Amino acid sequence: MTLHIGQSQRRENARRHLAGRGRFVSDLALPRMLHAVFVRSPMAKGRILDIDTEAASLCPGVLRIFTAADLNPRCQPWVGTLDHFAGMQSPPMNILAENEVLWAGHPVAMILARSRAEAEDAADQVLVDIEDTEPVTGGAPVLQPGAPRANEATDSNLCYETLLETPDVDRAFTEAAHVVEAAFTFGRHTAVTLEPRAVVADYDPASGALTVHHGTQTPYQFQDVYARHFGLPEGKVRVIAPDVGGSFGMKLHVYNEEMGTVAASLILGRPVRYVADRLESFVSDIHARDHDVHGRMAVAADGTILAMEVDDLTRIGAVSAYPRTSAAEGNQVIRLMGAPYRMPDYRGKLSVAFQNKVQTSQYRAVGHPIACAVTEALVERAAEATGCDPFEIRARNLIADDAYPHVSATGYQFEKLSHQACLARLREMMDPDALRAEQAALRTRGIYRGFGIASFVEITNPGATFYGIGGARISAQDGAVVRMLPSGDIHCAISVTEQGQGTETIIAQVVADQLGVAPERVSVTTGDTATTPSGGANWACRGAGIGGETALRAGRQLRDRILTLAGALVQADPATLRLAGGAVVDAASGAPRIALEEIGRIATYRPDTLPDGVDHSLTVAHHFAPVGYPFDFTNGIQGSLVEVDTETGLVKLLKHWVVEDCGRIINPLLVDEQIRGGVVQGLGPALFEECQYDADGQLTNGSLAEYLVPMAVEMPDIEIAHIETPTQDTILGAKGVGEAGTAAAGAAAMNAVNDALRPFGACLTQTPMTPLRILDALDAALQERTAP
Amino acid sequence: MKVLVNTKVNGTPVQEAVTPRSSLADFLRDDLGLTGTHLGCEMGACGACLVLLDGAPVHACLVLAVQAEGGTVETVEGLTETGAVADLQENFHDRNALQCGYCTSGMLMSAQALLARNAAPSRDEIRDALSGNYCRCTGYEAIVDAIAATGRARTAATESAQTAPTNTEAAE
Repeated sequence: MTLHIGQSQRRENARRHLAGRGRFVSDLALPRMLHAVFVRSPMAKGRILDIDTEAASLCPGVLRIFTAADLNPRCQPWVGTLDHFAGMQSPPMNILAENEVLWAGHPVAMILARSRAEAEDAADQVLVDIEDTEPVTGGAPVLQPGAPRANEATDSNLCYETLLETPDVDRAFTEAAHVVEAAFTFGRHTAVTLEPRAVVADYDPASGALTVHHGTQTPYQFQDVYARHFGLPEGKVRVIAPDVGGSFGMKLHVYNEEMGTVAASLILGRPVRYVADRLESFVSDIHARDHDVHGRMAVAADGTILAMEVDDLTRIGAVSAYPRTSAAEGNQVIRLMGAPYRMPDYRGKLSVAFQNKVQTSQYRAVGHPIACAVTEALVERAAEATGCDPFEIRARNLIADDAYPHVSATGYQFEKLSHQACLARLREMMDPDALRAEQAALRTRGIYRGFGIASFVEITNPGATFYGIGGARISAQDGAVVRMLPSGDIHCAISVTEQGQGTETIIAQVVADQLGVAPERVSVTTGDTATTPSGGANWACRGAGIGGETALRAGRQLRDRILTLAGALVQADPATLRLAGGAVVDAASGAPRIALEEIGRIATYRPDTLPDGVDHSLTVAHHFAPVGYPFDFTNGIQGSLVEVDTETGLVKLLKHWVVEDCGRIINPLLVDEQIRGGVVQGLGPALFEECQYDADGQLTNGSLAEYLVPMAVEMPDIEIAHIETPTQDTILGAKGVGEAGTAAAGAAAMNAVNDALRPFGACLTQTPMTPLRILDALDAALQERTAP
Repeated sequence: MKVLVNTKVNGTPVQEAVTPRSSLADFLRDDLGLTGTHLGCEMGACGACLVLLDGAPVHACLVLAVQAEGGTVETVEGLTETGAVADLQENFHDRNALQCGYCTSGMLMSAQALLARNAAPSRDEIRDALSGNYCRCTGYEAIVDAIAATGRARTAATESAQTAPTNTEAAE
């Protein structure tokens, strides 16, 4: 019966992009539309004394200039806390800075003009007088009593803290044969979507309707946010997310600029557009990571991992992000530590601290790269301490494939994973013995290669216990409306969204299989709150697993409707019929009974010919919320082969391997490209990407000329293999795959670099592993070796 | 104050009044509605705005519209209509060498320019040629594959044309 699920199919919607016919918000121009530009604080912290907009208001093309006094009263402030993060604090936020500026880039005024260029000219004429004060930009000392505060509205710089521990963790460390430890630093980086954030707000005072064209992955969340914060009936708010030029979690947060654009449209009664330029993106898009982690691992003499203890300090912005908070990443860091391993004991401490920089929040693989890098680096040290090889120590400690269900030391429940099978497959692919021989031969010639591996667990298909439980209006369910058109073609309107990962394609495949048609006959609509049912849309790897299951169940309900109607038409028991080849066929023989076109024709144009009481509604709506396990975890392992130039500190990525288990694979072509893209988003921050700040809280490399993103020439070819362990929680069995690549790529690369540097005794524990840091590590190792 | 620009865009003569500071990218997108040319950084780093000006790829964000005076501009819309990159587009589609689609026009421009000067590039040469094209979605490998496949197919077609008998003019 399954015909298209599991097949590599091209994305129909890719044709538009290839022809230059994408429809992005940044392309949209509406009649009477104004362009918005924001005047931003040049200082990281200070008090606003005066904003003089007089000269700016006289500039050509300028229609209005707003400051906080004009705009903020129109919007209910937002607070980035969640109830289930006990004790969390964060002050209210509104569109424009009122008295304090909290980071360099904080919007203080908004210009509305006929063109963007004219608005920018006027922005230069706005005089903002700020009495600057010393910003909070440092590490642990910011949490000490009496330390200057990043935000005067909070009682300290501690946003949130939590502790997880098992009762026997101290005993595990006391009794361990070896304790390995290291201090890690994970630099700040940011999403750098190629299309910057873009929004066109269009309020029609005549009808009271607000339409927001918004480059986001979560249109329903923004429908709710705009309705609540601007006091509009939800039914009057429509959010349309057309083509989105990359999102990766960055475009689901509430930003001052989008809220300002909506407020301006509400006040002016005409369309307002805001498209961030790249420099603004760097100082206003959320950043990610920025963690200092001290980690220890207790190991028995035979290499058995007994326990881990970690202390994670993460520095966010001056205010926690809304509505998902800036604490969720740290929360995932301490819960994902050691996740692939049998390790019974654990203590994890998290401190989330305010500082005067751009907010951090969820970006692809939230927390995963940090937990994975710390765990896997400590596993390497444990291997070294116990004389095990990297594959051997993992084989000894990874949860056995037949030992499920399993609960991790941090409390995560795993339904069924395949770590050991993945490890064995990676070993075949990498051939570590050959790599070791090559490494040894090359070392004699002064060429330093290394390889590293990293096992991982990925959180996918989260249920309502993820955010909903904390009071956030973030949906964990999704909805689909599937209908048969009069032609017999199928249409599916669904709440999961498309940002190029292929959502519409896989939904068509899933629906097609339920209705016995080719996917070409299934059209899919996404990204519009007025034409699709409400749902969570895309975040935390839920499109295939939750969206796919929603489509499957809706499709099956439509199938039953069609078969019931067909039974009445061909006078057969519906139970003896099924759908195949675009027709109703006899279930036993496969003989065609009636084509879908004919059913559509009769149901639509000649319902009068149907027997009395026969339901001819060929539209079904279905909503699905995850049941069973709170998450569908996926797992896998990655390997990295690098060459380090010990003269220059440059790292060349030679090869990357991934073995991944995302459950049922709907479209292998798209799954593999999600993994490859994800791997590169993991390798970037491991080697290149870092938002660098000076002590004054100024971002010093906030442009694409200075912030290093991974480019084609630096990236390796990536070989991928799969193990398939479908979840039993759904009929479809699919889990998520979007974050797997990012989760472990950096950890594997870090282990590979350290393997290459092993002859020198140098070891990197900070990302990105820049040439300078590598040379510093080599230098430090040399000094240690030569010290008296 | 606006100045007149006379240029040819995708084969069609265009005469438009533009502000002297307008970039070619803004001119194409805002004045002519050719939104297939994208803006990613407005400083010549990302490659999303690449177009062909007199046959050579240029960053439309760094070229002023007035610099196109008397020249010919080809954008992804034009190359699509003429079929000049149809094989590249097909290989990109087959290989899923695009996700969000925002970098794709620029990738096609770089690929077309590369294959014009080097019909059968190696993977390293392709990666090198894309050094000014940023893609956040794909990880680049699929793009490299698609360009390599196009290069192979074009080379094979050229070779078979060269070895074919001469009395096949009708085949053109």
